Amino acid sequence: MNKVAVVGYGNTKFSNEDKPIESLLVSATKSLFDQTKNIDKNDIDAVLVSTNDNAKYLSAILSELTGISPKISHTVENLCSSGTNSIVSAYSYLVAGLADIALVVGADRYDCHGQILEWDSARGEFKHPIFWASMFTKAHKREFGTTEEDLAVVSAKNHTNAKLNPHAYSDKTYSIDDVLQSKFVTDDLHLLDCSRPCSGASSVLLASENVAKKFEQPVWIKGIGQKTTSASLTKNESLTTMTSTKIAARQAFDMAKIQVNDVDVAELHDAFTICEIMALEDLGFAKKGEGVSYVRELYGTQDKKINPRGGLIGAGHPLGATGVAQVAEITQQLQNKAEKRQVKNVNVGLVHNMSAAATSSNVLLFQS
Amino acid sequence: MNMFENELKNGNFVVSECGNCKKIVWPPSDYCNCCLSFVTWRKIIPDGKLIEFSKKNEIIFGMVELEGKIRVMGRLKISSDEIRNGQCVKLDSCNYENGPQFTFVSCNGAY
Repeated sequence: MNKVAVVGYGNTKFSNEDKPIESLLVSATKSLFDQTKNIDKNDIDAVLVSTNDNAKYLSAILSELTGISPKISHTVENLCSSGTNSIVSAYSYLVAGLADIALVVGADRYDCHGQILEWDSARGEFKHPIFWASMFTKAHKREFGTTEEDLAVVSAKNHTNAKLNPHAYSDKTYSIDDVLQSKFVTDDLHLLDCSRPCSGASSVLLASENVAKKFEQPVWIKGIGQKTTSASLTKNESLTTMTSTKIAARQAFDMAKIQVNDVDVAELHDAFTICEIMALEDLGFAKKGEGVSYVRELYGTQDKKINPRGGLIGAGHPLGATGVAQVAEITQQLQNKAEKRQVKNVNVGLVHNMSAAATSSNVLLFQS
Repeated sequence: MNMFENELKNGNFVVSECGNCKKIVWPPSDYCNCCLSFVTWRKIIPDGKLIEFSKKNEIIFGMVELEGKIRVMGRLKISSDEIRNGQCVKLDSCNYENGPQFTFVSCNGAY
């Protein structure tokens, strides 16, 4: 099978800026072109756009606005995991030999409607993600004795990491007490337990093995795992386990022939603080019920291994951009170009990106 | 609107069931998600189990399981002092206004 590498990336600052979606897409593409040597627009075979925006024909529009005439161009939407779904789609084109170089750009606006899945009747009037997150949180508290303070550690850690990310939405650090003092959104969630929708865009350039050599420090995609268990949140049999994440992780580790202990740096989908704890457990970084101690150890030792760019909580969550930004971060980390956020001695990186109360998950593994 | 939503408007919670597979189809759909036959509709058995709950301002909300299979998020008209995980709850009312709405009370009617 053809190998595929990430050979370039670009980002915009995540913010509340009221910018057209097309402009966000072009900004992240310009950032990629500015940072990537040896790129020729004529060599780009595929342009994929990851977004939940209602605007149409965005990949063709982005191609026109950036002077690219690709063979393949289309949008990919899969709620919060649209970014990694787009990257896997681009990977597939490259592996199949239909393209040699693919540009993937993810973007969404602060007013994106993608966070609410109107179709899911089972959510009743409680459609916003804070309601399923409250169910996950309360169930984890009940089953494992997880406390508000344990959850606050995740937020404090990720905001601290985001402070060193120039593209992050948040530029403030928060103590555990600050998180606990932030207003209650529900009885089980503080405001600072939640990621926030914002405007932002990220991009990555993928290349097949024979072409990747002309770029500096290609980072190889070694493993891919994807699983959709359902669309309705109420099909989750357990409220303390993300089944789709567990299944996707197993696939990715098997494909890469890598163990979780080999992972040096990871981007996890912390839509809410509880999600990082559950992801650590379901990906195998910690045993079930021990995600909390894992996070406390990271925070206590200022270890940036998990969510070095600040996660969704610190960096912000423009839905279509998130998965792409996660891959861009892992690429930077494995290229030793993450500056103040750099985790030392990294060789293997992991990205975990999920949708709609973890009914769908993608897990990707990378190696320098 | 589909059958489920139409019936909610009339205050009825109906379940889609496949005559061929003899299975409940949830979330509601016109077709069986196993054999893709047309479903039939019937009223739900209103007694269920409270799986989990939380509170936003003065509204207690939670996930309820009905007929051992159907899980929905709804309002819980049960006092904070009495509510407990795993307790028996009963569908009190349902409606459709900008989306489905479900309200549950304690099986013993305590409020």
